[in-house]
Amino acid sequence: MMILGVGLLALIGVSALVIVRTDDVTNQLLGLSFYGLLFALMFFLFQAPDVALSQITVGAIALPLMIMLAITRMKYHSESTHQNKAAPPAREARHD
Amino acid sequence: MTERHRLLLFLAGACGLAVLYLAGIRNLPPWGQYRGPYGDVIAQLAVFQRHATDTVNAITYDYRGFDTLGEEFILFSAVTGVMLLLRPEDGQTSRAGGEKNPASFRDRAALSETVQVLASGVFGFSVLFGVYIGTHGQLTPGGGFQGGVIIAAAPMLLYIAENTEAFRRIVSHPVTEALEAAGAAAYALIGLAALACGAPFLTNVLPLGRTGDVLSSGTIALISACVGVEVAAAFLLLIWEYLREILARAGNAEA
Repeated sequence: MMILGVGLLALIGVSALVIVRTDDVTNQLLGLSFYGLLFALMFFLFQAPDVALSQITVGAIALPLMIMLAITRMKYHSESTHQNKAAPPAREARHD
Repeated sequence: MTERHRLLLFLAGACGLAVLYLAGIRNLPPWGQYRGPYGDVIAQLAVFQRHATDTVNAITYDYRGFDTLGEEFILFSAVTGVMLLLRPEDGQTSRAGGEKNPASFRDRAALSETVQVLASGVFGFSVLFGVYIGTHGQLTPGGGFQGGVIIAAAPMLLYIAENTEAFRRIVSHPVTEALEAAGAAAYALIGLAALACGAPFLTNVLPLGRTGDVLSSGTIALISACVGVEVAAAFLLLIWEYLREILARAGNAEA
């Protein structure tokens, strides 16, 4: 049990480091989802099954999905403001 | 300050942190052994006092029910804040195009048939599992919050399976909004009902039933169900607020 706990905590630390060192946002989100699942396992191991149950859905599905949507929204916003300010050059640049 | 100095400074700080951390965890109780008195007292009393075999839910929805009421309204006001901040701006063509003409949400060809089949198959199962977890919170680990997020995950599966139209019809329905408010209000009203019976706020005034039955533990089960409704609706509204504009724009681009 002790070895399992120490191993899991080490895995959480390593995956957090990997997420921070990842450059691509999509890969980062997939990593975050995995990190959320590891957290759920840790809660279960530390005898908190109630928290583990909500962590599975919130940490592994809802949080990454929400961040993904927020980033997509930001992209749309920056594109639209870019287009309004200088419509023709921006479009030409995108076609290239 | 050169690279070398910065590294030395970091190493000095890291050593200090390591020493403090080790000193801090040195006197922790052994794995799984809790030294405080309250855990054991509550674990012994909860089943007799409240007929709830899951002590965690007896605490969150009864002994410390007032704290959970506050948390409930934190979620409620957070979702309200998101809806207020992300409301469609007037005069934006994206909104008019997206909302007046729902047919513009056309789904692309599915990314993968496997994902589509799996997500559709798991949909019913996750709703059922969410209801089970939500209604058995007083007996086994789980409860309203956990059941609510599991139910909310089901429509998200539809979205992942590229069935955006079905997802939109579920989450943009006025009933979803009404359920969120009703769930939050019901919690406060259950608390007030105790006042009407002459007991302090949020007292467990309902009959406790037989320990181990689904319909036992009085208000714990009832509050848990209300929280489940509120949480499921709140999570769906949150996702929908983010998605609405993106979907509208995607629909306009395709049209």
